[in-house]
Amino acid sequence: MVADTPNRPSGSGGSTATTSAARNHARAQANTVVRGMPTVPATAATDLPADVPAHDVLWDEVLEAGEYAAHVLPRGSVLRLADLEGDACAHLALHHADLPSERLNLADTTKVQWQMYPTTGAVLLSDRGRVLAVILGDSSGRHDTICSAPNQADHDAKYGDGRVEGAAPNARDRLIVALSKFGLERRDLPPTISFFKGVRVDADGTLRVDDVPAVAPAFVELRAELALLVSVANVPHVLDTRSTYTCSPLRITAWRGEATAPDDPLRSQTPEIERAYLNTDDWLLGRSS
Amino acid sequence: MTTLTDDVVAARSPWSGVIPAGGTITITDLGGNQAVDCLLFDAYDHAERYCAHTTMAAQRNIFLTTGSVLRSNEGREMLEIVDDTCGRHDTIGGACSQESNTLRYGHHTKHQHACVENFLYEGSKWGLGKRDLVSNINWFMNVPVEPDGTMGIVDGISAPGLRLTGRALRDVLVLISNCPQMNNPCNAFNPTPIGVVVTDS
Repeated sequence: MVADTPNRPSGSGGSTATTSAARNHARAQANTVVRGMPTVPATAATDLPADVPAHDVLWDEVLEAGEYAAHVLPRGSVLRLADLEGDACAHLALHHADLPSERLNLADTTKVQWQMYPTTGAVLLSDRGRVLAVILGDSSGRHDTICSAPNQADHDAKYGDGRVEGAAPNARDRLIVALSKFGLERRDLPPTISFFKGVRVDADGTLRVDDVPAVAPAFVELRAELALLVSVANVPHVLDTRSTYTCSPLRITAWRGEATAPDDPLRSQTPEIERAYLNTDDWLLGRSS
Repeated sequence: MTTLTDDVVAARSPWSGVIPAGGTITITDLGGNQAVDCLLFDAYDHAERYCAHTTMAAQRNIFLTTGSVLRSNEGREMLEIVDDTCGRHDTIGGACSQESNTLRYGHHTKHQHACVENFLYEGSKWGLGKRDLVSNINWFMNVPVEPDGTMGIVDGISAPGLRLTGRALRDVLVLISNCPQMNNPCNAFNPTPIGVVVTDS
């Protein structure tokens, strides 16, 4: 009766008629390698930047189209998002891990820095006037602070089915599930920033997708200036006009590091950024992280 | 159509109310160049709220004016702008806060009144809190974006008596902060009262 169980993974073989057989069957599935999976332990990661020792790696994971992941990173760690094949879109939410009601504020991030198009040196600000992260490096320059994460209605309209359990999962619901695993709720998801798909504004306000050709691989590196809950979904940009759900793999790597030093020129780029770091320092007084 | 409420909101003050589906809200800039920060929530599910980003992406434009449909974070239609004598309104500039004021102008502004203070106080009457605040609308505020991405709040294009009317496409809770900002031109450095009129369908 069980031999024809339709949901059994192909190639897993073997009987599942008894608990013993089912256990053997389950264990035989281990060691399967797919592209979209985490490296566990993260210190086993390979193909790292030359100056990153494997023992410092905190997180290494590849997201295929539609996949998501979330991780808590200590202050000072570096988060590297890599667009491996030139067609990824990383939707990123940041929360202050020690005070999760504090989170990325896109409006403050752009307004305080007088700039809609963040790149190397830009900071990602919280709604409490503090630096969550600074962009250490950016080989892409194609990012978006305007459109945020597509929702199910966007995907229902474009792909026919945007449910998270379907073939074209939407970024908003993926990120809500990610936050829920850390005890947060729907209302905790702030507007997100997306990397590797640029959106530009014309003088009359019209939005257009940046026509600069993608280069692959491309990367963005962020340094956490506070302990962060990092949530990422790799989902096509909401202005992507292709009717097929198209998104190439995104690699997430993070490693241990030091927060930006008091004399680092990153802190004194502008008076606004300088004060944002002062506010961050002020939070840290008397705290260990 | 019956007028449900007809209020003058004092300079620097908040306002909130529910606009029934099919009803309207008309906001009038009584003194001229007065930024009006505004958030919308589904009246029955406050976790579904105005999303500036979904709204901009859907209309492929950052400016709000007649014909703009304000959408929720779930992509649903909340309010349509059916009349606008000002011409365009902002939704990228966000709300001023004590905390962001310290970055923008210096720590001496920490105790100046700000829109986030109004949103938190007025929102608390409806069970809303800090986690419910997201990118908002700034009626009558002028925020251009230059070709290199430079953006900023500049002198306004509004004037005394200019107004906009939105028609609710579902029952919508509206939260308003009549902006108290004194450090940039969003209120022409002179916060003034606004008119807020709500009608049923």
